[in-house]
Amino acid sequence: MESALELRRRIAAGEISLDSYYEALLSECESAKARFNCLTAITNQLAMATVERLKTNMKNDRPKGRLFGLPVVVKDNICLRDYPTTCASKILENFVPPYDATVIGRLIAEDAVIIAKANMDEFAMGSSNENSAFGPVLNPHDITRIPGGSSGGSAVAVAAGLTPMALGSDTGGSVRQPAAHCGVVGLKPTYGAVSRYGLVAYASSLDQIGPLACDVESAALLYSVIAGHDERDSTSAEISICDYPAEMQKSVKGLRIGLPREYFGDGLDGEIRTSIEAMIAQMKFEGAEFVDVSLPHTEYAIATYYIIADAEASSNLARYDGVKYGLRAKNDDLLSMYTNTRHEGFGAEVKRRIMLGTYVLSAGYYDAYYQKAMNVRSILKREFADVYKVVDVLLTPTTPTTAFKIGEKSNDPLEMYLSDIYTVSANLAGVPAMSVPIGRDGKNLPIGLQLTAKHFDEAVLFRVGKAVERLAK
Amino acid sequence: MNYEAVIGLEVHAQLLTKSKIFCGCSAHFGQQPNSATCPVCLGLPGALPVLNKRAVDFALKMILAVGGRVGKQSVFARKNYFYPDLPKGYQISQYDKPIGVGGAISFIDGGIAKSINLTRIHLEEDAGKSLHPENASQGYTRVDVNRCGTPLIEIVSEPDIRTPHEAFLYLHALKQIVEYLGICDGNMEEGSLRCDANVSIRPIGETTLGTKTEVKNLNSIRGVERAITYEIGRQIAVVSSGGKVVQQTLLYNDADGKCYPMRSKEESHDYRYFPDPDLVTLCIDDFWIAEVAASQPELPIARRERFVSNYGIPAYDAEVLTTTLQLADYFEAVVEHCGDAKLASNWIMTEVLARLKDQQIDISEFAITPTRLGELIGKIKAKAITGKIAKDLFELMLSDSRDLDVIISEKGLAPVTDSGDLKKLIDKIIADHPDEVARYREGKTKLFAFFVGQLMKATQGKADPETAGALLKARLDE
Repeated sequence: MESALELRRRIAAGEISLDSYYEALLSECESAKARFNCLTAITNQLAMATVERLKTNMKNDRPKGRLFGLPVVVKDNICLRDYPTTCASKILENFVPPYDATVIGRLIAEDAVIIAKANMDEFAMGSSNENSAFGPVLNPHDITRIPGGSSGGSAVAVAAGLTPMALGSDTGGSVRQPAAHCGVVGLKPTYGAVSRYGLVAYASSLDQIGPLACDVESAALLYSVIAGHDERDSTSAEISICDYPAEMQKSVKGLRIGLPREYFGDGLDGEIRTSIEAMIAQMKFEGAEFVDVSLPHTEYAIATYYIIADAEASSNLARYDGVKYGLRAKNDDLLSMYTNTRHEGFGAEVKRRIMLGTYVLSAGYYDAYYQKAMNVRSILKREFADVYKVVDVLLTPTTPTTAFKIGEKSNDPLEMYLSDIYTVSANLAGVPAMSVPIGRDGKNLPIGLQLTAKHFDEAVLFRVGKAVERLAK
Repeated sequence: MNYEAVIGLEVHAQLLTKSKIFCGCSAHFGQQPNSATCPVCLGLPGALPVLNKRAVDFALKMILAVGGRVGKQSVFARKNYFYPDLPKGYQISQYDKPIGVGGAISFIDGGIAKSINLTRIHLEEDAGKSLHPENASQGYTRVDVNRCGTPLIEIVSEPDIRTPHEAFLYLHALKQIVEYLGICDGNMEEGSLRCDANVSIRPIGETTLGTKTEVKNLNSIRGVERAITYEIGRQIAVVSSGGKVVQQTLLYNDADGKCYPMRSKEESHDYRYFPDPDLVTLCIDDFWIAEVAASQPELPIARRERFVSNYGIPAYDAEVLTTTLQLADYFEAVVEHCGDAKLASNWIMTEVLARLKDQQIDISEFAITPTRLGELIGKIKAKAITGKIAKDLFELMLSDSRDLDVIISEKGLAPVTDSGDLKKLIDKIIADHPDEVARYREGKTKLFAFFVGQLMKATQGKADPETAGALLKARLDE
């Protein structure tokens, strides 16, 4: 897949005809949807209407947006007006939002062409994309394997070459982990950098929308479009978007890169370790300085994450009650309307998390679980803040293994939760992190390397990520 | 054994902001059901709340008015429960870090100044309204979510109230404060001011608290007093007969004046409060507080005291006249137009309030504007009409908004001051009542009032009392 910037250049210059490009692309989407189950819907009408508008703009020589003519696939938990936003759940199968998420407005304002909604784990809960009400998404590198989750559909759309860029959401690794498994770039921005308005909430204090892309440059481009303050999201921050192309010109020379020892322990696959070590050696050769550091509370991150995320989810998902929209199951009275609707509408993993979340917030358990988890979260945040006094960026694996087999972990939720072991901490601390592909293992499956920076320092991720990408080729 | 009651009140006051607390929808009422809504207050997936600063201003006004402490870092929390008129499945409220802590509400009970301490004041959003059909077998409930997201403050008192009448006075004073502040219209009947009462009893002298019940569905201040009276009586009866008060929620029925238990299923809630991750900590700095403080209006107690000291009217009158902001404003407008606070007070205390009571209306709906009442009083002072005629004129003004002078001349209400005319009438009265004249002249001077009466009758009350008295006296004493 060519870079978004190159594709935009060719489209804007008229070297590619919008009509024929999109005619071919939309039919390719149909075929990819059939082969990998990566899309929940193809937004033909919207795409064609956008193409018409862009053609008129070209004819009249109007200014062209930064994403002019570029196709984008959007995860199906981001509200797109007049198109079903299902969250891959039966309970929202027929929900059509009457409004656009803020990020959608920003894509459209920059002349992007939204071509499809991406399949995902139901309500973004999962690490394998097996939890979709519409069936699992298959990894294009090996269709017997999972693509990662929960933004599996978005990662596959990029990996399958449908689009240079897609939007996902990352609550505990849901952009970075599928990016690693599919061999694409995935960024979880700093919490507050991208508006959550219109992102269907899973765990509000952890959720961030982020780009998945064919390369670092394309990820940076999409990020620069969607980031920035939004008055409709109280948790969105005032940030300055730096000159990413210039950052990506810089070498890694003189950068201090931290290697947290907790991320290189026993659970890490040997081939991933080897390929990361090889990358470290190359980067040293380019002048980067590596420092061994420690984030001692990392071992509590998974437990902390699942308590906080599930607590928030149990409340966020209370609105799916059959009253106003979405599924309403057959019922005899109010209570059975609630129980039948939620019983039929939610999948097993969603129910599991709602129950766990309800439990940890219950009277008598709040202090032991939720409050304690919040305390650990503060400690983790502080550990990250401390480590960034010493280093510019942290380098770790994104995942402990490459893509596993479909069904391999579905009966063992705990084993499944451990696939997020390297990714959840960034969400808990609110810091930005990016997964960049660095090669393949012996089974020809992609390996991802994760870079983690301090709050609002996406620039250093793009700078280092670009170097890693170059060195990995 | 003698018991005392321990009462605490939780009052919800709907704030009069233009828009809702977490979105831009109108917070005004009377619109088509479900029309004043948007993705945020409908709780649509993905929509997020943004705090309306005006609601914070209003809450601060109340906190400052009752001498409470502002929580400089207050936190919004989710109160989780399922109900069809609660679109998100949780209410955004405040829990362990409210915007206001402490303060007190003062009132006078039988001449004694009392003060009830407040526990807290917090901000929250209102839920919608469930409309149940008359006939439950119709099998549906309608939901109107227009009210969802209307800003509320909840004012929680300490269990410092001891009698139903104190509860009445407390609520009355609270209502006065919110009305004076202009933050709530104080209408309990329409639900813009709502009250739940926590009631328990204990033997006098006991310091630990008895088991409490929570009484809901209180739709007027008098209703609160009646419900608490009933509930205290019921609890005393239970305990006196060897029983135990059961902790429960009761619904008051104003029709029979009794409290009935709510179905237990509806009250067994664990709300699982936790900080709302969609909202950031509400930080209120001294500058913000100072800004609100600078815009505070005069409060009921201060105004009452000023009425006494500035206008020299009795404390009782001042209290009546400051009952509502509108009445106090009315009084001051009348004074401004006639320049006589005592006359203004007398007229309002007697004539005006009697009409309001008769017509069951509010001063804002009263037909005679303060300007016109001031004009009327001005005419009495200038002797342009007599006091007796003024009352007739007042009556006419209730339905006649024409210029006062027009009414006076049309109805012939101007006083008879012409001494020639009066003299002729006096001569006639003296001629008609020779016996009375003789007895008067023998020393029965009390009969003077009789002659005044006759003269007033003859002039239909229009004789100017001073002129008429002087002429009459001169003629009788000849």
